[in-house]
Amino acid sequence: MSSTANKESTGTSSLSSKPSGKSSACCTCSSPLLSSSIGRKWIVAITGILLILFVSGHLLGNLTIYPGPNWINAYAEHLQSLGPFLWVIRLVLLAIVGLHITCTIQLWMENRAATPQKYAVTNTLQTTIYARSMRLTGLVVIAFIIFHLAQFTWQGFNPVTRTWIDAQGRHDVYRMVIAGFSNPFVSAFYLLAVGLLAMHLSHGISSLFQTLGLTTAKLRPLFERAGRIIALVIFLGYASIPLSVLLGILRYPHVSLCPFVH
Amino acid sequence: MNFHLRLWRQKSADTPGRFEGIEATNITPDCSFLEMLDIVNNRLITDGKEPIAFESDCREGICGTCSLVINGVPQGPGRGAACQVYMRKFKDGETIFVEPFRAGSFPILKDLVVNRSAYERIMRAGGFISEHTGGAPDASAILIPKPVADKAMDAAACIGCGACAAACPNSSAMLFVGAKVTHLNLLPQGQPEAKKRARAMVRAMDEEGFGNCSNYYACEAVCPASVSASVIAKLNRDYIKGEVSEAVGAID
Ligand code: HEM
Ligand code: SF4
Ligand code: FES
Repeated sequence: MSSTANKESTGTSSLSSKPSGKSSACCTCSSPLLSSSIGRKWIVAITGILLILFVSGHLLGNLTIYPGPNWINAYAEHLQSLGPFLWVIRLVLLAIVGLHITCTIQLWMENRAATPQKYAVTNTLQTTIYARSMRLTGLVVIAFIIFHLAQFTWQGFNPVTRTWIDAQGRHDVYRMVIAGFSNPFVSAFYLLAVGLLAMHLSHGISSLFQTLGLTTAKLRPLFERAGRIIALVIFLGYASIPLSVLLGILRYPHVSLCPFVH
Repeated sequence: MNFHLRLWRQKSADTPGRFEGIEATNITPDCSFLEMLDIVNNRLITDGKEPIAFESDCREGICGTCSLVINGVPQGPGRGAACQVYMRKFKDGETIFVEPFRAGSFPILKDLVVNRSAYERIMRAGGFISEHTGGAPDASAILIPKPVADKAMDAAACIGCGACAAACPNSSAMLFVGAKVTHLNLLPQGQPEAKKRARAMVRAMDEEGFGNCSNYYACEAVCPASVSASVIAKLNRDYIKGEVSEAVGAID
């Protein structure tokens, strides 16, 4: 086997462009930039960053439940007042999630095809449980997102929540959320999903730096620690809401937690 | 020492293989793993049985020919190639699983021997510099900063053994390709073709059917040359530079 670069004296440049790309290249992206293994990993990483930004922004919005219905209902009304622009945001998000999932599923299928037989003795070597469970955690997260939209956006499970109005005549999102999380099964699924999302991000955040070529041997442990911490913070932020409802810290009608905010 | 070997036996590329139990008795602890297999093979030959096919050449950890998977670990326990594993690493009476590298792009030829030409074809796509050399240049003609030389040297340590793809749950060859691209692209002699090289080698890698990197780092854990997965980050960077440069017409 070659240990150093073979000196090949070729008359013509052997490094010229050849038609290539994966045979299983998806129909929409014929450029090897998008259909190659690394190209698709870049799409996963970039859509991953956008999703992390969304998840963080969404968390900040959700946390307005703590100061009370005035805040979260006003926040929700603001979002609704965006009108058609809200639909643009929704479609862009849908496209981002779609790209992320399409590319990861393609990568997954290729990886399976590349590895026809496993070893008799399994050895996890240096891999982490977070990295090995990316597909499982991702799929549960998407299942949860569908349920979550059906529950709080479309309000299909309990349509009466659509008619709940607060004192200022706004849709009472505060009451709807408290009612939803008062069901321990809803809260349990929510906790499971945000837990698995946190696992997904525990690997995903540090992984994306490697995919985008920003990691060095020195930086990698730092990115890994930062990824775990950010994932934990996101988990605690999201998980606190159903837990607060179940523990009676957040309740309807609202009882102020802080003497200065009403 | 005595060992119960569970060895992968396979007659040829297109016959199904299976594990066979073979006893390795009276082995001295100072035997290397390959010497142990030699002893077992001599006994098999004496008994008129088919010896176990496995590969080796230098037996000093530098050529990358040996390619065993011992108890699920490509290149066996400890840092270094399989030929650097000694029987004193194992417990007396232990059952040891010995398998060939398993990756779709490394088809099994016989028993523990796999065909690793896929790596050679990736090398042919770009693992070289096209400059025609004359006599040996003056050592001080091209100055290379020490940190750069060190990084290039660390990547050049790759012996092309294939353990990275064998260890990867996706059978990805990214550590190998990253090592070659990093080695050549860091040095002044390799830089004129840096972008084309990364692009050509990744395309060849894809065409060989290797999987994609999921940043598991199993490769790094088994690499006998201790190549760091940071070479994969450089490959990711240089490849995208290459594709973008081609897309905008900066290289052909
Ligand atoms: C809120 C939603 C999500 C976020 C924030 C997110 C984020 C990320 C990030 C940052 C990565 C790492 C990218 C890289 O390694 O370069 C990643 C990878 C991955 N994501 Fe997601 N993701 C989400 C949803 C999903 C869903 C719904 C799936 C469902 C299939 C999924 C499947 C995967 C897989 C399989 C990988 C690993 C790809 C690979 O390394 O080859 N993700 N995700
Ligand atoms: S990178 Fe390491 S494991 Fe991979 S081929 Fe080179 S020496 Fe072997
Ligand atoms: S036989 Fe040369 S590295 Fe093992």
